[in-house]
Amino acid sequence: MSDLLETDGERLLTAVRALLQRKGVVTEEEIAERRAATDNASPGQGARMVAKAWLDPAYRELMLSDGTKAAEALGIPMRGMPPLGVLENAPKLHHLVVCTLCSCYPRAVLGYPPFWYKSAAYRARAVRDPRALLASEWKTVIPDDVTLRVVDSTADYRWMVLPMRPAGTEGWDEARLTAIVREGDMIGVTIPSV
Amino acid sequence: MFAPGDRVRVKDAWPEHQGPAHIRTPYYVRGVEGEVVRHLGDFANPEDLAFARPAAKVPLYHVRFRKDRIWPERKPDDEILIEIFGHWLERP
Amino acid sequence: MDKEAEREAKRATHDLGGASKFMCEAVDVEPHELTEFDRQVDALRGVLGAKAVMTVDELRRGIEAIPEADYLRLSYYRRWIRSITDNLLKHGVITEAELRAELEKA
Repeated sequence: MSDLLETDGERLLTAVRALLQRKGVVTEEEIAERRAATDNASPGQGARMVAKAWLDPAYRELMLSDGTKAAEALGIPMRGMPPLGVLENAPKLHHLVVCTLCSCYPRAVLGYPPFWYKSAAYRARAVRDPRALLASEWKTVIPDDVTLRVVDSTADYRWMVLPMRPAGTEGWDEARLTAIVREGDMIGVTIPSV
Repeated sequence: MFAPGDRVRVKDAWPEHQGPAHIRTPYYVRGVEGEVVRHLGDFANPEDLAFARPAAKVPLYHVRFRKDRIWPERKPDDEILIEIFGHWLERP
Repeated sequence: MDKEAEREAKRATHDLGGASKFMCEAVDVEPHELTEFDRQVDALRGVLGAKAVMTVDELRRGIEAIPEADYLRLSYYRRWIRSITDNLLKHGVITEAELRAELEKA
């Protein structure tokens, strides 16, 4: 069997799909539907949640107490998804999310995990030397008087960061705020700025 | 059951060296002391799910560790927050 | 040996937090567009999970069973399809003979 598993991935996929389809286990339509649903999730969804939390204290409360409900409140599909937890940054506390065991990622609200998130280097360095990692790879400097809390996503929850609203955005509306929130801000490798 | 604020120690156990195993407790916190932040809920035990065995629901906790307890080389007030299942925790 | 070095000596391949061999490795932060293959494997896993053919934990177990040299060499989704195949064979959803025959056809 081991030789079979060493077959090139593309050939394995083609063969496995053909077999599953012939046996009626999985249809091509089901795969296409699933793919479309996954392709639809993107960091723009998480960004909408962040912007709304910046403007609406009640929504922020909901987001911090139940991320799944907060996502659903904005029409983001969460059925069948792992529970979403939200980690709030503060003037003296910065969060950074990693999955050292595999690549658990809040896909429902951020989409597919980026390449770097899945890399061995990120997974190794994020827990052990996060300040140097952020400074060297993202030019993100966490001041010494700010506690850095690394969140290793090891089990059933998925975690996203609620960053602090940057100065200079006073009076901005939700759409304008949404546009400045990037993928990395919601994992903690970057900080929103204007 | 553990409550927020409880001091706990992660078991210094290495089932992956005793046969096929699937574990969600990172190696680097085994034997390390931390503090329970909260109970996140009860979830089917992944150590059984991974082998398609019937899986009982087990409590999952968010546990906070001082990073210098794990890797003493770095800034002491940084923290690592990890989801750990109750059966991996003991009272120090 | 330091406590942390003792622990690290016992870590499994996929258990990468703080792994010394990667501490000096740069992170490739450039965007990498997923390929058609990547998306198809991802979707297949999703359907198999939704239909309770295999759990995400079984996917992970199968990935963790990949020998270290292959684990580090294979792309992310090549690990996935290998684990998916491993699990389908284990569950008897497909058989070794069927898979061999199908691979020869292609």
